[in-house]
Amino acid sequence: MANPRLWGLKKSPWVFHVAAASCNNCDIEILDLLTPRWDIERFGIVLVGSPRHADALLVTGVLNRKNLPRVLRVYEQTPKPCLVIGIGTCTCHTHMFESSYNVVGPYDKYLPIDVYIPGCPPKPESMIMGVVKALKRL
Amino acid sequence: MKKEYSKKILDEISTKFPDVSIKIHAPRRIYIKISREKLFDFAKFLHNEKGFRFSIATGIDTRDGIEIIYHFSHDEAGTYYNIKTLIPKDDLKIKSLATFLPATNWIEREIHELLGVDFVGHPNLIPLLTAETWPADLCPLRRDYADEHKDIKISKKPWEAS
Amino acid sequence: MKRIVPIGPYHPLQEEPEFFKLIVEGEKVVDLEINIGYNHRGHEFISQTLTWDQVPFLVERICGICSDSHPYAYVLAVEDIAHITAPPRAQYIRTIIGELERIHSHYLWLGLAGHFIGYNTVWMWVWRYREPLLDLFELIMGNRNHYAINKIGGARRDILPEDYPKIREYLDLLEKKNAMFTNAILDDPVIRGRLENVGVLTKEDAIAYAVTGPTARGSGYACDVRKDDPYDAYDKVDWDEIVFEEGDVLAKAKVRLIECNESIKIVRQCLKNMPEGPIETRVDEIPSGEGIGRHEAPRGEVFHYVRSDGSNMPVRHKVRAPSYMNIASNVIAVKGYSIADAALVLAAVDPCYCCTDRTFVYENGKKKYSGQDLLKLSWEKTEKIKRRYKK
Ligand code: SF4
Repeated sequence: MANPRLWGLKKSPWVFHVAAASCNNCDIEILDLLTPRWDIERFGIVLVGSPRHADALLVTGVLNRKNLPRVLRVYEQTPKPCLVIGIGTCTCHTHMFESSYNVVGPYDKYLPIDVYIPGCPPKPESMIMGVVKALKRL
Repeated sequence: MKKEYSKKILDEISTKFPDVSIKIHAPRRIYIKISREKLFDFAKFLHNEKGFRFSIATGIDTRDGIEIIYHFSHDEAGTYYNIKTLIPKDDLKIKSLATFLPATNWIEREIHELLGVDFVGHPNLIPLLTAETWPADLCPLRRDYADEHKDIKISKKPWEAS
Repeated sequence: MKRIVPIGPYHPLQEEPEFFKLIVEGEKVVDLEINIGYNHRGHEFISQTLTWDQVPFLVERICGICSDSHPYAYVLAVEDIAHITAPPRAQYIRTIIGELERIHSHYLWLGLAGHFIGYNTVWMWVWRYREPLLDLFELIMGNRNHYAINKIGGARRDILPEDYPKIREYLDLLEKKNAMFTNAILDDPVIRGRLENVGVLTKEDAIAYAVTGPTARGSGYACDVRKDDPYDAYDKVDWDEIVFEEGDVLAKAKVRLIECNESIKIVRQCLKNMPEGPIETRVDEIPSGEGIGRHEAPRGEVFHYVRSDGSNMPVRHKVRAPSYMNIASNVIAVKGYSIADAALVLAAVDPCYCCTDRTFVYENGKKKYSGQDLLKLSWEKTEKIKRRYKK
């Protein structure tokens, strides 16, 4: 076991949810994961209230000028190693907001994202699958 | 009951403010043109005396100047009164409505930052939506806005620093 | 002594980023500053670069919760420019989806409000019965959210007759459960203790701040676009406008709960009277002119103003989202209440920052509470009230 933290991360990742300029649907679907039909807390995945407690960040939405420094700040506050999971088509590229004056471009210019889960919004099943795939790679 | 637009209100408007021009697009969609100087009193009349609900304001960059449309809703009749006024481009000033109508506070800030209109008398005319780094004289909804500010400067990438 | 409690922009109170600066004296909130813009993507700018038929997909993505309302209002605005009327069947379909969306949104709020006062049971139960509705959406339109049902001059998809029984079945289930929730929430002394006389917005303030939707109707100001300015099938069905006078959080919750019942009524009648026929008309061109579309979204009035110059793109497209006005009224509603109530009051208007920003920082040193602490304070207060009732 090379890195005990990494080992801990694999068992029950605590996630912090960072909504950049999203349309809220991805966020609602993430909350949906906690409710009875999916109930991911069974697997030890907990949504925490501070990035300092988190093992993984769930980012949604596109980056804009105002929230980019804040998102980077949250990333800096997260203890490393951490997983960054991009949820939704918005994180894969800039979706249909490309031509806007306030959108600063795709995520990979600024943040190292480990998994992209496409879909607008992705179904909860595919979110679970994405997270599981990411954990398997560790 | 509360169906058709009331002719009485339109008559009252045209007697009180004789120099407005009224266009009825549809029974419940009424457009009224008024000069920039009269607008403040007119809006006050609509809101305070007639009890219309302020809905929103739209700023449009047109050939002759910046056009601002104040949308008022007459909820009992379900009618929209859209008050248009034109501001010449060389003198982008208009009297703020926020002094008696707090609902206009945010939208005037928004029009100020996106179209560069100066609202005289507004209590707190600071940018609402754009970032702190956004140059104050750059108005993205203007026709002459060019896409030169696409690249934002980032001092360091966090994962490279450590 | 005045202290500043910064909340946000990333905090567990809401899912979206926004920044509140609560200015407190002891336990009491004396002022509030709101800083938005973290969600601003410049929809109005982008929509000037898209063609008429592409814009509905863009405005749908203003907000995921009211993702039927914005395209609905936009489509009505363009139909207003071109004097088009959608065929009757399309009108009924759009009305049905609009009402189903209202139920979904109100349930979402109810669950989150339960979460804010520490009643996670309410959250889990309510969201459990929201789930089958999303399945219905998937059945009808192919996606759980972002329905893409509205189209200029009609509807994009038909509701097939073989799907009617499934919708009816769900409505029956929902009617029972909604009665259960209404009773459970209104009879519970603890929930009443938390919601009653908290965050009161008087009728005068409601008018001055131009709020709409359940926020206004909970304050005794009757304004509902569906009644005032009926469009599509709303004047062909029979339903009531729900208005309560008190203006506190409980009144807003009551408005939303009872409105769900009205929505069930509307959908039932629409299904029963659904006319046969085509679901779209042919639209050749949009003439130059200007148009207004209004739709009563779950949170209030959605208003779109579109101007056309006869080309294939809008010249100007203005979006008025209900939360834009409703959130600003928080400044009044939260004043004078304790910090423990702040979380609930800030959430009472069912804020939707995505809508507001369509078109705030871990503060240095002064930090006293975070959003999480606010939630905790709120939960502690519920515990206190619970204990009081046990004695
Ligand atoms: S991917 Fe789609 S659903 Fe998710 S935030 Fe972006 S627009 Fe909204």
